[in-house]
Amino acid sequence: MSDKKTKGIWKVISASSMGTMIEWYDFYIFGSLAVVLSTKFFPTDNPTAAFLSTLATFAAGFVVRPFGALFFGRLGDLIGRKYTFMVTLMLMGGATFAIGCIPSYETIGFAAPVLVLILRLLQGLALGGEYGGAATYVAEHAPKDQKGYWTSWIQTTATVGLFISLMVILVTKTLLSKEAFDDWGWRVPFWVSILMVYVSYLIRKNMDESPVFAKAKQEGKTATNPLKESFGNKYNLKFVLLALFGATMGQGVVWYTGQFYAMNFLKTVQNIDSSQVDMLLGIALILGTPFFVVFGWLSDKIGRKSIMMTGMLLAIFLYRPIYRTMYETTDVKNKIVLKADENVPTGVDEKKGEAYFVTTTEYKDGTIVQKSFTTQIGVGEINKESIKTTVTINNTDRWILILLVFIQVLFVTMVYGPIAAFLVEMFPVKIRYTSMSLPYHVGNGIFGGLLPAISTYFVTNAKDNGNPEFYLEGLWYPIGIAALCFVIGMIYIDRKINTLHD
Amino acid sequence: MNTLKKYLGIVWIAVAFAIGFYTIQIFGSKLTSDKQEDLVFGIIVFFILLPMIVTGLTIFGWYAITNEYKD
Repeated sequence: MSDKKTKGIWKVISASSMGTMIEWYDFYIFGSLAVVLSTKFFPTDNPTAAFLSTLATFAAGFVVRPFGALFFGRLGDLIGRKYTFMVTLMLMGGATFAIGCIPSYETIGFAAPVLVLILRLLQGLALGGEYGGAATYVAEHAPKDQKGYWTSWIQTTATVGLFISLMVILVTKTLLSKEAFDDWGWRVPFWVSILMVYVSYLIRKNMDESPVFAKAKQEGKTATNPLKESFGNKYNLKFVLLALFGATMGQGVVWYTGQFYAMNFLKTVQNIDSSQVDMLLGIALILGTPFFVVFGWLSDKIGRKSIMMTGMLLAIFLYRPIYRTMYETTDVKNKIVLKADENVPTGVDEKKGEAYFVTTTEYKDGTIVQKSFTTQIGVGEINKESIKTTVTINNTDRWILILLVFIQVLFVTMVYGPIAAFLVEMFPVKIRYTSMSLPYHVGNGIFGGLLPAISTYFVTNAKDNGNPEFYLEGLWYPIGIAALCFVIGMIYIDRKINTLHD
Repeated sequence: MNTLKKYLGIVWIAVAFAIGFYTIQIFGSKLTSDKQEDLVFGIIVFFILLPMIVTGLTIFGWYAITNEYKD
């Protein structure tokens, strides 16, 4: 490729990727702040209920994504890629900023969760329209035999967006006191979004329309009804279904297990200090992100299918050993107690009539476990049930966990790195935006997005039933979906599928 | 390979119905639960995830049986 051409495509990549990365950032700060948001916007009587409500809202953000894919995909196939993903960017930025401005449940009552839900739905719609547009736009600029490499840059944006969301939260937490962050500081990451969106808007404004789409439009070859042509036509629908059941469904669950379920597991099952989790996840993501490009590039050489299917197979067989090892790092049954300060008073809440205590246990390997307890003033008996447990891990365990999360991110890069090129190549130009967006967002948004809620249910259920390995039960959902997808993908996807529209 | 693709179509339709059956068995109580969070979860599973898997996989299986995925 000539220098001029390479320079041109880098411009396209950077402008597209930045906008998409910001959309992912906007989308993920909500998930990353789920615990704080649950206390601000949902009734606090029952923390589990509040947390599950947030997860449900989270799912709502995902469930609506396929509708965004249909709505904006149709627009993108009718009027063009460029204008459509400008609209999605503005919609996402506006909704994110507005979430950061909503008064809490304590101030405005039920209007607060309702407004959050509406804005979350708008975020989901915007994201549903953005990704397909960006992937299509980049692929339509890339040379035929390098689509995997160039679109893999777009694939890095989801992880980079998650990483930046974690870093912005971490920096905000570091700069503010714990009280200030809980009080108003959690809003800062939402407000930061509007600045990033504005910069991205300025960059995208000057981009040209995709050359392939512009040519089709000039020749009058664009679709008149992209939805009907995509899903009302058996020839296209069979590929939409194959893309979903043979690729994106498995890719979606591997993606969410590696990045979100891992985070939830570390925070809520292992009870590791939230800042430590953000840091170790951040390091694993930095180390893993370049592999999106490596596997995207490799998919141009050896084919997309073999890489994606290998990633899925490894995930299916290694998830349980990985999560068992993760759990063992904080399992105090295997640790020797060094010292314990029991029931140290930490404060009194006169309004609630409650007194608080904390028991700190230090273990020989450097692990520290703090358990908070509460009691009614005057009753004297401290509740035996801990209201909160926080585990501070030692350096060795931190690196073990980084390695284990990194391995999961590697699976993510294998299934996700080549998938944009894979989907783009499956469908013709005139219905590409619509046709590729839907299976992608059903696979990721619905199969992947529901993973935290479904897996949490399996874990809770197993725990209530006294299953000693309850913490592994949540993995059956991603393992089952990925296994079904692997079999379908291996049998039905062949090389010819990706050369149908050359 | 084409014969395998075709006959596995029956398996996909069977899997679709099995998933439907077991989902109702495992999560069915969620739809009648008094707890709000259980109800929301049940609604999402039964009205979004399940129809997508059952109808999608059934159509996919049918296309396989009718040789739509033949090389």
